[in-house]
Amino acid sequence: MLAWTIYISFLGAAAQLLLPRGSVALARILALLTALVGFGITLTYFLLHRTGEMLTVARVPWIPPLGIEYRLAADGISLTLLLLTGIIAITGILFSWNIADRAKEFFAFYLLLIGAVYGVFLSYDLLLLFVFYELVIVPKYFLIAIWGSTRREYGAMKLALYSFAGSAMVFIGLIAAYVAAGAKTASLGDLAQFPFSLHFQMLAFPMVFAGFAVLAGMWPLHTWAPTGHVAAPTAASMLLAGVVMKLGAYGCLRVAMTLFPLGLGPWSFHVMGLGSWRDVFALLAVIGIVYGALVALVQKDFKFVIGYSSVSHMGFILLGLMTLNQIGISGAVLQMFSHGILAGLLFAVVGRMVYARTHTRDLAALGPMNLNKVIPFAAVTFVIAGMASMGLPGFSGFVAELMILIGVWRAYPLFAVCAGFGLIVGVVYIWRALQKAFFAEAEVESAPPNPPLPPISYPERIGAMILMGASVLIGLYPQALLNVIVPALNSPLFEGLRKGSWQ
Amino acid sequence: MTAINYAQLLRLALPEVIVVATALIVMATDLMVLRRCSTRVRFAVAAGLASIGCAGAIARILLAQEAASILDGMLIANPLTRLVQIVLLALTILTLLLFVDSTFTEHVGEFVLLLLVATAGMMFLAGTEDLLVLFISLELLSLSLYILAAFDKRSAQSSEAALKYYLFGGVSAAFLLFGFSLLYGLSNSTSLPHIAIAIRGPAISPFLVVAIVTTAIGLGFKVAAAPFHFWAPDVYQGAPAPSAAFIASGSKVASFFIFFQVMALGFVGAEGTAALPHLVRGWVPELALMAAASMLLGNLVAIRQTSLRRLLAYSAIAHAGTMLLAVVAHAEQGLAALLYYVVTYALATLGAFGVIAVVEQQTGGDDLSNFDGLGRRAPVLSFCLAIFILSLAGIPPLAGFFAKFYLFVSVLNAAPGSIGLLWLVVLAIAMSAVALYYYLRVLKRVYVAAPASGAREIRTPILSQVIMLLLAALVVLLGCAPQLLLRWILAAIQASGL
Repeated sequence: MLAWTIYISFLGAAAQLLLPRGSVALARILALLTALVGFGITLTYFLLHRTGEMLTVARVPWIPPLGIEYRLAADGISLTLLLLTGIIAITGILFSWNIADRAKEFFAFYLLLIGAVYGVFLSYDLLLLFVFYELVIVPKYFLIAIWGSTRREYGAMKLALYSFAGSAMVFIGLIAAYVAAGAKTASLGDLAQFPFSLHFQMLAFPMVFAGFAVLAGMWPLHTWAPTGHVAAPTAASMLLAGVVMKLGAYGCLRVAMTLFPLGLGPWSFHVMGLGSWRDVFALLAVIGIVYGALVALVQKDFKFVIGYSSVSHMGFILLGLMTLNQIGISGAVLQMFSHGILAGLLFAVVGRMVYARTHTRDLAALGPMNLNKVIPFAAVTFVIAGMASMGLPGFSGFVAELMILIGVWRAYPLFAVCAGFGLIVGVVYIWRALQKAFFAEAEVESAPPNPPLPPISYPERIGAMILMGASVLIGLYPQALLNVIVPALNSPLFEGLRKGSWQ
Repeated sequence: MTAINYAQLLRLALPEVIVVATALIVMATDLMVLRRCSTRVRFAVAAGLASIGCAGAIARILLAQEAASILDGMLIANPLTRLVQIVLLALTILTLLLFVDSTFTEHVGEFVLLLLVATAGMMFLAGTEDLLVLFISLELLSLSLYILAAFDKRSAQSSEAALKYYLFGGVSAAFLLFGFSLLYGLSNSTSLPHIAIAIRGPAISPFLVVAIVTTAIGLGFKVAAAPFHFWAPDVYQGAPAPSAAFIASGSKVASFFIFFQVMALGFVGAEGTAALPHLVRGWVPELALMAAASMLLGNLVAIRQTSLRRLLAYSAIAHAGTMLLAVVAHAEQGLAALLYYVVTYALATLGAFGVIAVVEQQTGGDDLSNFDGLGRRAPVLSFCLAIFILSLAGIPPLAGFFAKFYLFVSVLNAAPGSIGLLWLVVLAIAMSAVALYYYLRVLKRVYVAAPASGAREIRTPILSQVIMLLLAALVVLLGCAPQLLLRWILAAIQASGL
């Protein structure tokens, strides 16, 4: 049943192309229905299977001579991210209700992207996973290049090339692992059991991990993210920050760390105090947290603030993965969900509620517009989203980041302090953006904008409510997700990791 | 030497005979019956007749299932050669039907005749293990292609391209012949398996080194591998679209197949190895260097191209480099990967040339700017183009992706337990990231750029559109279910006992 999330999205994309010319409203409704059905399927499955163990959803031979199967399976981690994908897909469509130019193509690319993302989260066969992973690149490019804003063609090409270069690294690692294991199977479970030599894992792990981490916005390979997010249309930046960056983090955990657990072990030597790939990536993650936050602090463009904040928050995920203890990694998975929701919400406020109305994202220009009075709903939404993003209790971000910090404290006390500093800077840049964009003191009583800004529409209100609701729900009752994430982490798939350097 | 059994010879060569007879019939019909008709009608009749002939040849190949080899492999028939011949015939049919609306020439009969003769040459090429027959059929193919490239008499570019092609081709044929003569001198035989037995030995003699190098040069020219690629961009750009498409698809398949045969059958025992860090002298490191050079040069130069045909030419050089990796691997799996790759590549390239032909006819050029806004001027056409280009770029789930995956796996598998050839795979994958840039640039023109003001809708002839959709469907299908083609290839290779 769960496999239909993929097929429904692809069918929806195909159906968009068959719609008659000029039927914009129909295209929107069809897209929304497709996304709703996809989410409905996921939610039903989630409610029926709350054990979190790995369950095969579909399994047929695909390329028998190579031992490659079309095999879809889901465990608690995939389910969490599938739910996230469903929520972001729905709200993304609600926030693109204003797309009128080439709407059919827009939603077709959008649904193609969604389907591919579902595919990545569901794949159990590595070649299949890679197929879906690369399938994400092309619609992403077109969504930005056609419907984007600021320097869209540059941003789109940069993003496509970075993603492709990252996936090329993954591809090399996967082929090498597949051949080294005898070229008989590409199933994740079988390869995770295969005893690759230590030497091989030490080479393959950083390659595959870094390849996926490009998409997760790891410093210093993050530069595609802010430019890409800024150039993208609202729905695409919601998807990018909300879901696509999670693909990278998911790949790091699901592929790189399960396949090559020994790659995380200590080297026999130290370079500048770093004794393993784990130290290296943890350090890069911490740099990402602090760097992203500091750069967000000095941006003039509202959307760049959010773009860099994404880099900072994604750093938490990577850092959580590198703690290699249960609380840290489950915190990282929870953070994937939480950041997906919050980044979606923040980009929705900036891109759709503010930029689509004022046509500027310059913080200095937004200030005099008195936006808190003109579009109070946007201001309230941003306050709430900002609070959640800062990590105030009651929101999902708090639980996730707290768990990560506890995990980091056990593994790298010093890094926990640095990450804490990043959190404080996080409060400051949100505060600064909030004040400059919405609550700036107008020196002169400026005339109301002419023509008056259109009020916040219902689709936007509904979308914002869904996202805020999801964040609060998980913030108040994180067990809903943790109940499936933790058993998944204790499954045989992660055995190599637990036996190796797990603490 | 056994006595020649002419009946068997004829039976074995019957598919080729059918093709040549069809060629003559087409020519005769065109010259005697259709003299007064319009070019369109003449082309349609000629293409129809030729397709029927090719289909007849395919039927004959499918019906005759016996494996045979006469005169020490002068002519052979086994499941593998049959498979390659069927693919070649199918590509010829697709080429003929795709370009049935061409208007570049009035000598329709001659054009189709040459196309069919070239096809016969390719079929002989695929069905031999003998150097002499190999050389003669290669020349039959090449000479036909030179004329086909020059067929647009109204265009100076076409003549220039053909002349370049001819001069380079002549020199490379001389190299090839020189290499073959040395091989004959070394082994006293023209049969590839005999040569392999004769040259087997602990050390590689200097004569053999020269023979290997010159043979590789001659064949490297045919497949447009760097540094023997200079003809490719001009021919791709200058030749009339059907000729260019044929050179880029069908002749590539035949040339790569024979390249593999010559190297893997004829030079067994002189392989050497290209696995780092212990390079051993032989033909494998030589080809590995050619492959690396082609991938680097093709991909990097393609970035700067502004004409789609030239871009495809440089991408063809890059793809040739990738396919040479399969020859470097030279295992059973390598051959399977090579065939899968070259067939899917031929389909995508053929389709891309079909789109170029339509756009050229209606906008007057193949410059990238001519493709601005094609997505809105011809949605179906640009959808097909997107599929072909993305398949060439190796984006899943299209055929080009699986071809790449399988090829890389076969290369790494060639030396079990060692990852010495990994450097070639890494280079190839890194270069594919470069390739994505220029392929995306094409698609950017098609979908992102706005059409020039006053641009009209582009009309695609029905038959071409159907064939293009068929090609696009094949590319998608073979990507999603590689098993469909792979099963045949593997079965054929196994049955032929290679």
